[in-house]
Amino acid sequence: MIFKKPSNALEGHTRIEIKTISEEMEVSFSCPKCKKRIGGNELRENMHICPYCRYHFRIHARQRIDMICDENTFTETDKTLVSKNILHFPEYDNKLKTAMLESAEKDGVVCGICEIDKNKTALFVMEPFFMMGSMGSVVGEKITRLFEMAVSEHLPVVGFTVSGGARMQEGIISLMQMAKTSGAVKRHSDAGNLYVCVLTDPTTGGVTASFAMEGDIILAEPGALIGFAGPRVIEQTIHKKLPEEFQKAEFLLKKGFVDDIVDRRRQKGYIAKILNMHNRGAGYDCL
Amino acid sequence: MTAYEKVAAARAKDRFTSVDFIHLIFSDFTEMHGDRRFGDDPAVVSGIARLDTLCVTVIGIEKGKTVKEKAERNFGSVHPEGYRKALRQMKLAEKFKRPVICFVDTSGAYCGIGAEERGQGQAIAENLMEMMTLKIPVISILIGEGGSGGALALAVADEVWMLENAIYSVISPEGCASILWKDSNKVKEASACLKMTAEDLYALGVIEKIIPENKDLFANIKKELMVVLAKYKACCTEELAQKRYMRFRRIGDFYD
Repeated sequence: MIFKKPSNALEGHTRIEIKTISEEMEVSFSCPKCKKRIGGNELRENMHICPYCRYHFRIHARQRIDMICDENTFTETDKTLVSKNILHFPEYDNKLKTAMLESAEKDGVVCGICEIDKNKTALFVMEPFFMMGSMGSVVGEKITRLFEMAVSEHLPVVGFTVSGGARMQEGIISLMQMAKTSGAVKRHSDAGNLYVCVLTDPTTGGVTASFAMEGDIILAEPGALIGFAGPRVIEQTIHKKLPEEFQKAEFLLKKGFVDDIVDRRRQKGYIAKILNMHNRGAGYDCL
Repeated sequence: MTAYEKVAAARAKDRFTSVDFIHLIFSDFTEMHGDRRFGDDPAVVSGIARLDTLCVTVIGIEKGKTVKEKAERNFGSVHPEGYRKALRQMKLAEKFKRPVICFVDTSGAYCGIGAEERGQGQAIAENLMEMMTLKIPVISILIGEGGSGGALALAVADEVWMLENAIYSVISPEGCASILWKDSNKVKEASACLKMTAEDLYALGVIEKIIPENKDLFANIKKELMVVLAKYKACCTEELAQKRYMRFRRIGDFYD
């Protein structure tokens, strides 16, 4: 099955055909950045990174989970939660149905417990093909529950963000999820637990302005668009064309808002190292 | 009034702004400037004042009165340093055990190059996190426009009140109309869909109080603030933060 391009792909990608890779088909893909053709198998073996220009293709939450967790250690939590059209917002019911088909997920985030290099970890991974990972009640609730569970089980949280921001169709209720998730992150942090967040393309709006920017350690994938306002909105506000590198991961690193840029192929090892260095007994915690 | 009429009222050029509330409700207001990191954002007015005899910290997003002042205050669109100034004042309030009162009136956090370079998202996120555990009462009053994350960054409070013609929304009706119908002229329809009026938000359980816009507006707010702050004086600080978390924790609806 070929997944369709999300209808609300963020700026800069709207003109580009984005396809994810299906297991059954051996087809070739054109890299959105360098335009070179890449075989499906080759792409898959390279963790969906263009071998020529290092462009990181957008991937499903489940693909990321496979890449980051120790084999067969992921147990999903809160998997039954489904969005409700609280405000009777026009077209929302249809949008949800389409999003479920496009992503094969129930909403914009997958949460659970896993092991990363044998470290028991609470994990959330956002799903770009479900309304571009927008945050409504379900995303807010699942993230909040994950952090609450991590507090009671003394677990670190590792999270991968990809989001267009708060979900317009749930109006003010979506906005409130920013406060709710931030509160949960704060309580997790105050209890002395580690939160590592990996920002992937794109991370914008209400997710950037809440749990994406609240990690103790914030990493980003190369070339990822990260910002509060989307580039199109900024261009409309200031009536100027933005430079190419603006709001890219490398730009955020330079400005001091991310700790490091980590290629997808290095992520598991990198995160495992961080987790190991924050284990009980790693520092002076006998005091 | 329809939702769109409220949008127009909330944005009206001659509408009162935060400084009116600060000067008509409090005495001895002493303004404090700067975030101690980058600069001072004129879109945020903050300082200490007295509510009757009680010392409080007051923070307001200010759109400005005259054309010149509006430009200087960036029409109430806050930069990261404005949110950081506000947080600095809130931390001082916590240290000296003063309640915090915020007046919110913004079309949204500013969308510009400098704002992004200095971490608009990070500044808002930090306010959301830190406000959640402040050990002093926080009351936020939406007096005009409550534009998305830029408004929420001063509204993680124990109680959120709205003036009857204020609006509070995740996106502007123009933005919503252009996404939904590719037509920014359908603002009226979008205003209704977004459920952004004080009545809507009260019904959704997002705010505690609607304040009528009558001739006694300022006196009423003063009275209400004195009542509520007297009530919170008796609250234990840990319990206060716990209740604030639960206030936001319960918001959201889904099938499970």
